[in-house]
Amino acid sequence: MANTILMKGNEALAEAAIAAGCRHYFGYPITPQTEIGAYLAKRMPEIGGVFLQAESEIAAIHMVYGASCAGKRAMTSSSSPGISLKSEGLSYLAGSDLPALVVNVQRAGPGLGGIQPAQADYFQATRGGGHGDFRNIVLAPASAQEMYSLTLRGFDLADRYNMTAMILADGTIGQMMEQVALESAEPTRVEKPWALTGTRGEREKHVITSLYLAPEELEEKNLSRFARYKLVEERETDFDSYCMEDAEICLVAYGIAARVSRSAVAMAREKGIRAGLIRPITLWPFPSETLLQAASHVRQFLSVELSMGQMIQDIELAIRCSRPVSLVSRVGGMIPAPEEVLAAIERAAKGETL
Amino acid sequence: MIVASRPKSMTTAPTHYCPGCTHGIIHRLVAEAIDALGIEGRTIGVAPVGCSVLAYNYFNLDMTVAAHGRAPAVATGLKRANPESIVFTYQGDGDLASIGMAEAVHAAARNENITVIFVNNAVYGMTGGQMAPTSLPRQVTQTSPLGRDEALCGLPVKVCEMLAQLDGPEYIARVATNSVKNVLSAKKAIEKAFRNQVEGRGFSLVEVLSACPTNWGMTPADALRWMDSAMIPYYPLGVFKDKSAKEEG
Repeated sequence: MANTILMKGNEALAEAAIAAGCRHYFGYPITPQTEIGAYLAKRMPEIGGVFLQAESEIAAIHMVYGASCAGKRAMTSSSSPGISLKSEGLSYLAGSDLPALVVNVQRAGPGLGGIQPAQADYFQATRGGGHGDFRNIVLAPASAQEMYSLTLRGFDLADRYNMTAMILADGTIGQMMEQVALESAEPTRVEKPWALTGTRGEREKHVITSLYLAPEELEEKNLSRFARYKLVEERETDFDSYCMEDAEICLVAYGIAARVSRSAVAMAREKGIRAGLIRPITLWPFPSETLLQAASHVRQFLSVELSMGQMIQDIELAIRCSRPVSLVSRVGGMIPAPEEVLAAIERAAKGETL
Repeated sequence: MIVASRPKSMTTAPTHYCPGCTHGIIHRLVAEAIDALGIEGRTIGVAPVGCSVLAYNYFNLDMTVAAHGRAPAVATGLKRANPESIVFTYQGDGDLASIGMAEAVHAAARNENITVIFVNNAVYGMTGGQMAPTSLPRQVTQTSPLGRDEALCGLPVKVCEMLAQLDGPEYIARVATNSVKNVLSAKKAIEKAFRNQVEGRGFSLVEVLSACPTNWGMTPADALRWMDSAMIPYYPLGVFKDKSAKEEG
């Protein structure tokens, strides 16, 4: 039986980490993800877990690296400027094929930017976000409920594919309060025979490293990692759609932008405009096949995002530029009203590209 | 009668270290300490970035390698995830005293129950002999070709003296590898740094002055003499902090 309570998105995420069996959290304060640390600072000691405030974002992610080496579910959370600092650790986690959960409750940038919500870290998240060839599984919650459910999924995916799962939220989804059904699932237990637990004098030593000085060996490592990524693309791509059966105007949006877009689509339908919404739940892997199929009946796509146009490139790639794709965006911490998005839909319905 | 043999905690892999480098001696002292305490089955090492990045090939222990300077953070994660394990970092001077200063200082401040072996050879070795945070005043390196200029680069970081100012850490000591006597003292200090962790006492750091004949441009014998004439006067040997001695005293 799910226990339904009213909570903030950030708190829902933190509670989900506990439900997922995560007992090791390392973080550094930053707005607007503050509630995650505050919640876990209280909850972890109650259940014998570790909450440790690190000296920096960098240290926090390397603590996650250490705990993950030990075979434990570990996480860190931050917001945009802090994720830039964590990019070193993201690369090392990928290079060592370690599972981890990393949360980015995005705020506006670049630089110190602002503390209001944004979606301007899309490139950073979906392209790996550090040096070298790698990807993270990027999950985009659009409600407090999904902050909970996608965190559960994120830990499972990270363990299954030995890679980082990133929750790419934004300040609105993190801060707003909604009903959350706390699913009482048993955490998935994944064997980690590679973990550093000490040899006990009973086995050969384990080494976890991202250093391969022989180029043949390093090439092989990269190829096998990308073969695993291919499996993730085939099996784990996820999205939600709304009014898409006969849509001629297709909005593509995630997170808070998807909530606004959904309202705008409903308003457009009342006016007789055949609009629909595809909401990627995984940003990497991106639901490219779904968009390509939609292009058979969609005349124009609108990328609704809180950035200067980042996801729009993935839409264009997905549909191979076979239809016009227009950007509908607000940035700097601004969020469009449904009416603004509706106006864009109406222009698109008249055949205008934006 | 066998009077000397390879410690169980070392592999048979030949090291890649240059002739006259004392990393090999320090590796052996660490392995001997782990053997002596009988903790090899639960010890996990964290190698740094630098000359000893491949230390995981030489220790017969579970090992990982951290990003440059982050070993104390990785060790913190390992130890907090599994407090029964014995966790040590092995770091050079660029790794610990420059890029990883924050991680080292805060692990010490938290009195994180780990052991840090800090190898100070006053130079960045692996990249070819650049000036380190511990390079001596007027020391000639690749990036201080006229000698370390105090006006331009400031003065060296004395890690033991600095960390000993913190209330947190359990044990801070500096030893050297340039004579039999000093190696024997180093062995004792390193063993104590591991025993402290076994006893749950907290953060123990041993700074080991080490020779780098290749990048110092000296013969191995001259390098050991330079440690005596130049390094040790600047970096005095001794115990800078020892909470358990205070208890016993």
